[in-house]
Amino acid sequence: MIWENILEGIPKLGTAAAGIAVFFAILLVVFFVLGRIRGRLSNPVAMLAFLGPAAILLMLGLVVPTFQTVYKSLFNASGKKFIGLQNYGWILTTESNQQVLINTALWIVIAPLFSTVIGLVLALLLDRMRRESIPKSLIFMPMAISFVGASIIWGLVYAYRDPAQEQVGLLSQVVLWLGIEPPNWILLQPWNNFLLMVIMIWIQTGFAMVVLSAAIKAIPGDVVEAATLDGATGWRLFSRVTVPMIRTTLIVVVTTIMIATLKIFDIVRVMTNGNFGTQIVANEMYSQAFVQFDVGRGSALAVILFLGVIPLVSYNIIQLRRERAIR
Amino acid sequence: MSVEAHEVIPMPAPSGKGPSIPQAVRRSLSSPWATAVVIVITILWTIPTFGLLVTSLRPSGPAVNSGWWTVFTNPELTLENYVEVLGGGDVISGGILPYFFNSFAIALPAAIFPLVIATMCAYALAWIPFRGATILFFAIFALQIVPLQMALLPLLQMFNLGWSIGPITIVPDLNLGGTYIPLWVAHTMFALPLAVFLLHNFMAQLPRDVIEAALVDGASHFTIFWRIILPLSVPAIASFAIFQFLWVWNDLLVALTFAGGTPDVAPITAYLANIVGSYGAKTHLITAGAFIAIIVPLIVFFALQRFFVRGLLAGSVKG
Amino acid sequence: MSVPTRRRGVALVVGASAAVLLLAACGGSSTSDESTSAAPASSSADSGGETSAAPAAGCEAYAAYGTFEGASVTLFTSILPPEQQKFETAWAEFEECTGIDIVYEGSDQFEAQLPTRIAGGNAPDLAFIPQPGLLVKLVETGGPVAAPDSVTALVDQYWNPAWKAYGTVDGTFYAAPLGSNMKSFVWYSPKVFSEKGYTVPTTWDELFALSDQMVADGVKPWCGGIESGGATGWPATDWLEQIMLRMYGGDVYDQWVNHTLLFDSPEVTAAMDTLAGWMKNPEYVNAGFGDVKTIATTGFQQAGEPILKGECGMLQQASFYANFWAEFNPDAVVAEDGDAYAFYLPAMNDNVPTPVVGGGEFVTAFADRPEVVAAQTFLASPEFATAKVKEGTWVSANSGVPLDAYAPGSIDQLSAQYLTDPQGTFRFDASDLMPAAVGAGAMWKEMTAWFAEDKPTQQVLKDIDAAWPAE
Repeated sequence: MIWENILEGIPKLGTAAAGIAVFFAILLVVFFVLGRIRGRLSNPVAMLAFLGPAAILLMLGLVVPTFQTVYKSLFNASGKKFIGLQNYGWILTTESNQQVLINTALWIVIAPLFSTVIGLVLALLLDRMRRESIPKSLIFMPMAISFVGASIIWGLVYAYRDPAQEQVGLLSQVVLWLGIEPPNWILLQPWNNFLLMVIMIWIQTGFAMVVLSAAIKAIPGDVVEAATLDGATGWRLFSRVTVPMIRTTLIVVVTTIMIATLKIFDIVRVMTNGNFGTQIVANEMYSQAFVQFDVGRGSALAVILFLGVIPLVSYNIIQLRRERAIR
Repeated sequence: MSVEAHEVIPMPAPSGKGPSIPQAVRRSLSSPWATAVVIVITILWTIPTFGLLVTSLRPSGPAVNSGWWTVFTNPELTLENYVEVLGGGDVISGGILPYFFNSFAIALPAAIFPLVIATMCAYALAWIPFRGATILFFAIFALQIVPLQMALLPLLQMFNLGWSIGPITIVPDLNLGGTYIPLWVAHTMFALPLAVFLLHNFMAQLPRDVIEAALVDGASHFTIFWRIILPLSVPAIASFAIFQFLWVWNDLLVALTFAGGTPDVAPITAYLANIVGSYGAKTHLITAGAFIAIIVPLIVFFALQRFFVRGLLAGSVKG
Repeated sequence: MSVPTRRRGVALVVGASAAVLLLAACGGSSTSDESTSAAPASSSADSGGETSAAPAAGCEAYAAYGTFEGASVTLFTSILPPEQQKFETAWAEFEECTGIDIVYEGSDQFEAQLPTRIAGGNAPDLAFIPQPGLLVKLVETGGPVAAPDSVTALVDQYWNPAWKAYGTVDGTFYAAPLGSNMKSFVWYSPKVFSEKGYTVPTTWDELFALSDQMVADGVKPWCGGIESGGATGWPATDWLEQIMLRMYGGDVYDQWVNHTLLFDSPEVTAAMDTLAGWMKNPEYVNAGFGDVKTIATTGFQQAGEPILKGECGMLQQASFYANFWAEFNPDAVVAEDGDAYAFYLPAMNDNVPTPVVGGGEFVTAFADRPEVVAAQTFLASPEFATAKVKEGTWVSANSGVPLDAYAPGSIDQLSAQYLTDPQGTFRFDASDLMPAAVGAGAMWKEMTAWFAEDKPTQQVLKDIDAAWPAE
């Protein structure tokens, strides 16, 4: 059966290979034909050919849906009746939704902050170790695990049983070994929010570590030399030289994790489904749009998410512009 | 064997002179404490996954009724769970393998396509001078904010019904249901903003004189891209491709929407979500399935590392 | 013998040697092709090469459906393996004789995916919809095709009119009922009961006298779990529905479903108080898991496990729970004298005779191609229902299915007996009838908060009312 399954699977890889081949063939032909064009037209043609595919895909895949979402957020559940800003009113005034907004804000701050700080500390410490690849690979490993997989893994950590019973959850068992009666972790408000964030931090720390480690390695040696000659050591060296030198990288890492955090809904969906005071905007949006079929409210929540990310993205853009002005 | 994300993200150019920060910090931070901290964090980060591995190797009864750590006092391990999940037994028909192949067939093209298209776009933004290049770049970067969930339905309609504004057909009805193509296209679309952003940062740092010299020699942008840019960008593309592969492999939402759950096209995550849904009590099988899903990106990741390091060396030669 | 016999193939007893392992896996189970051609019991003996060579043999019964060589019908459902295989076996002959290939796709995200796919122009030909509320919603937005006459005729002939009504929207009949769940069951361990000398209660008062007896004996009488991923809370809504129907009867229950009776009303409040004295009573719950709040974090699939260990007395769950016992312990026997069995959750008063809360799926078509109509008609027929019943752990309220098609003494037979009882007060699961914003939203959520956070009853009821859609 296993062999049959493997044999049946091989044509699928063939399909993928054919897809890739067709893709590159088209690309080659286009390049060959358009590359012949010389003179005044050559720059505009090249621009169209290079930007065209990305522009079309982004238009159809992201820009058009964005406008559709804003439009739909002004309509009622069935999408037939125009109700103005009522969906936004519902988001901002309902008590349970205020909790959702607060939780989301906590997520955006805490998960990226901890991932980046732990990642940075690890990047600094690991550079000094001889066998850095082993801890690095192990810490990076959660990045390779899907959210479905991660929730299964953490389910085995947070599982609760009556203290008198045999424990199945690791955290409860550890706490019991320490002589403390474990609480029902997932119900422990407001700390349960942090227990869920731990999963995101667990996943993202490897990403932060890997990227920051590369950035630290790329700091020019003469800069460090000059600083050391000036007597900078330890913390001073770190705060005056290392951090400023990798500042752009730090910002990109934090933003990338923040955006990922804003969009993530799988962890909450699988672990608590937003119950017990752990709801976040992305999961509420999924529930409204895909479980309760209220497209209006779902869209309004999505717009709130855009609005939440806009400051982040603007800050990044300002930083990038400044960076470029220097260069 | 080290994990590096190289030039993808803006960072200062390396140079060979003088002690590097790590060496200087090494002296000042050097203490057994540092090593201890790393070891503790590594262990903390690994234990949950180790628990998954152990659970997946335990027979059905104990896997549900006792903590996985009891295996140390009461060792009882079996490969039965893997046989059942891989081959399909009397509980799980068909097994995980068809989905496993689907995941490959989805993730490989979906990692390559956006990278090539993004490289092209990033090249044009960085090296073909035109008005509005900066604004366009920031606009693309800003598109990262679009929540995936909201783009799904319009896209699905486009794939299945085509898309037209009034009488003008923009996208014809291509009848792509049941193939990998919608998945490839969707993943490519969603990956572009970040890919363009990161690759552009890399592109902008390429040596100006090389490209200008080639232009003066009469080479077209297509030749420059194919002969110079693409080879020089391999390290950047490779490091992003690995991340993109991992993201696509682990995606569930896009897969559910565009592929559904049939063994013809659905990836391993959809299968996993289904066995969690239908066999909530079968912890031993779920964990085995989850571990199979994890092991693949890990292998791919480690296998690509050598190529990765070589790419790094190539990248660091540049001025 | 009422446990569905699972084929315990070689695969399960193999050790770790890789070579043996592969061989066994190859031999231990069948490919999908084989399983589709393996016809139900009657013809399996003489299958082999002959069936495909002479498809006409045994196909007389299917002649009326016509033949559609090479046609296929896509089917989308929330019903996952191992139930999938039983369906495929039950319609294997139909497929073989008519040439229609039924392409089965199950997803635990069914409720979210189906409307997405319909809106996306990617609707399946057929879907098994478990919530009449969802059917109403889909008809509003467009997609479902009215049932063909052949299906209507079968439903008129073989089903209780109440069932037909659940498949009808605005006077048009769309969806024929398929399977049925009997939800008014209490699971228990007959072995433990006979050891302790407990008897199965037949009135509400006896049930709670028994509960108190168990408390006195030092055993927590009830266990429960309402965690169910994205649908967390649904078992709690079932408990409330049981009480509503038992306290007030069908008419008030219907008013409640239509929201002419508010949640924040003395009737529903009284029902909630009754439920609080039962499943939120710290003396009674949550056996084997911890305190009352653990009900919210215990998976409904796991909830019954302590019954086998003798740590929990009873669990209120639907008939389909019969499938779960073998997962806790492969040797568990589901029988009147076995390790697990169910009794009917007794009525509360004489005004409401034999109240039964049930659930089920409705076969909805999104295309009217002849092969789709043929498949739809077959699925509504007593022949299909009987074939499916014989596969075990499945109940149909189709009156054309003889009671002796069920394994004698099985939960299925018991369920069918209650579901087809002409004297009984049958009502469909209320949360499945209510609009999704309530039935798949606020009600799940608020009931969960009621258990997990001890949210005050009045607040819970007010918040559910507030979520009811305006129109």
